[in-house]
Amino acid sequence: MTIDKFSKEELLNFYEKMLLIRRFEEKAGQLYGMGLIGGFCHLYIGQEAIAIGMKHNMVKDDKVITTYRDHGHMIAVDSDPKAIMAELLGRKDGCSKGKGGSMHLFDLEKHFYGGHGIVGASVPIGAGLAFADNYRGNKNVTLCYFGDGAAHQGQVYESFNMAKLWNLPVLFIIENNKYAMGTSQERSSSTDKLYKRGEGFNIPGVKIDGMDIFEVIKEGKKAVDYVRSGKGPMLIEFETYRYRGHSMSDPATYRSKEEVNDVKTNKDPIITFKEQILANKKVSESDIKEIDNKIKTQVNEIVEFSKNSPEPCESELTTDIYNY
Amino acid sequence: MVKKTVRQALCEAMAEEMRADNEVFVMGEEVAEYNGAYKVTQGLLDEFGEKRVIDTPITEHGFAGIAVGAAFTGLKPIVEFMTFNFAMQAIDQIINSAAKTNYMSGGQVRCPIVFRGPNGAAARVAAQHSQCYAAWYSSIPGLKVISPYSAADSKGLLKAAIRDPNPTIFLENEITYGFDFDEDYDDDHLVEIGKAKIVRKGSDVTIVTFSLMVKYALEAAEQLAKDGIEAEVIDLRTIRPIDKATIINSVKKTGRCITAEEGFPFASVGSEISSIIMEEAFDYLDAPVKRLASIDAPLPYAANLERLALPKANDIVKAALEVCYKNKSKR
Repeated sequence: MTIDKFSKEELLNFYEKMLLIRRFEEKAGQLYGMGLIGGFCHLYIGQEAIAIGMKHNMVKDDKVITTYRDHGHMIAVDSDPKAIMAELLGRKDGCSKGKGGSMHLFDLEKHFYGGHGIVGASVPIGAGLAFADNYRGNKNVTLCYFGDGAAHQGQVYESFNMAKLWNLPVLFIIENNKYAMGTSQERSSSTDKLYKRGEGFNIPGVKIDGMDIFEVIKEGKKAVDYVRSGKGPMLIEFETYRYRGHSMSDPATYRSKEEVNDVKTNKDPIITFKEQILANKKVSESDIKEIDNKIKTQVNEIVEFSKNSPEPCESELTTDIYNY
Repeated sequence: MVKKTVRQALCEAMAEEMRADNEVFVMGEEVAEYNGAYKVTQGLLDEFGEKRVIDTPITEHGFAGIAVGAAFTGLKPIVEFMTFNFAMQAIDQIINSAAKTNYMSGGQVRCPIVFRGPNGAAARVAAQHSQCYAAWYSSIPGLKVISPYSAADSKGLLKAAIRDPNPTIFLENEITYGFDFDEDYDDDHLVEIGKAKIVRKGSDVTIVTFSLMVKYALEAAEQLAKDGIEAEVIDLRTIRPIDKATIINSVKKTGRCITAEEGFPFASVGSEISSIIMEEAFDYLDAPVKRLASIDAPLPYAANLERLALPKANDIVKAALEVCYKNKSKR
């Protein structure tokens, strides 16, 4: 059984990090409702196993880039969640000094390259990060995440073509959460097999259950290893589901409550994982309880820190436009 | 004294910077094996190899994005667009990704990239191949926009652009590629970005222009001199950041100004200069600022119509006489 390959510490770490994303995002939703977060705010709830599972497959200096649904990915690469929440609140201590907001999170020390608001635009940029590693002779891989909606943009396929032509070390990752904003995959895609979208470019693709962190780690690792071996890009389609609307302003009336509840009840990546590790007996109820309490405290601290962080200095209005 | 073409000067600039810094590379359509659609990258593949001189498929949006990603890691790409008309396909990556990410990341993500290629009208290639984008890019905070005329300035400014830590739009001109200039400049010639050049001194009227239009402005100035009007010709060289001081100081001296460019008239570079003068030198003006630009229409193919569409030396002469209140009907 896959679960046996992991130590108790590793299993608890997966649980803790997935739970941190979940509770962080729930809190972000509340703060949005209170008016402390403005503009757009896209929550990652339901998709946690992907970011945390794939992080486990990365090595030092591997790069990550994603779209605007970026909070979970930035937490996954061990960026400081206080700086993320402060950014969501538009505060001085935000990772982008409050100038980027929810959709534009960056942490170059962790090789996290954003956080991009234009659907599809992060894909060629991701290929460019891989181009740089290739140019410099590094053995690193870039994990380039995008959604099923972005998968229809033309520049994605321009990137596929050059990535394979030059065998760039980039792993293209579609997080298929079934809805591009309010448009279901059935209504927007000529095919339901997005993982085959690279075939015309000789890019192999694989479909993986994104709700099961063990599958994400096991099958995802094969893809990461393939790319790292120098064979060129690969494409993963993770099947997943977002529990909330596209953004906070979306009540998600385009899908039924039954559909959402079915996923929450039967496929939830955190509950399923918890049940599995408890059944395996490596982890006890009290271990879980301890982490639940720890995350509760941590999220409260994150909120307090962010609320207490001042708004950026007015002089910041015109800094960071040019470098000198 | 060296006599070199603009094309040679641009190629030398790239070669010298590539010799000095391994992180500089060139990519674009036909830049390597074909030696450049306009031969600006002639010989670079032979010297630097295919790792650093990279032929791309015809996929502007995609390769602009890849170059931006590479620049985010600190590499210094020089992206050649076969013409800036084709960069329209890539304009989202240039503006939303290259120009804005530094700001949106609170200064974490730099983008030291040069987008270069011919801009504006060539000859008889009609509207889709003939637009000047100087005003478009110059409206974007985060970009620097350069459009040189002479060979020495082309070299010195391209080298400066490659070294600059910001995304730079380098607008060349197909017609000037073959122009040669008697200029004295060193191998390692650098020109500071953001500084205009007075290419002809004069006391009666200021002509502010850039790129190929500098040639017509100088021809116009010679004609005007025959009528006793001494025009001061300013070659902007950099459009953003614009060299306000040089323009204002000249206008304070002459009291009259005309602008000349190939772009469309609405919200043009001349419109911006006109505003700057009104805001900062209004009391020195003896006549309204006069803007010369393309006519307000797509550029036609027919030879006679094309001639009518873009400003030439005679148009600049007429405009200068107008702002000097000289009676045109006597001419």
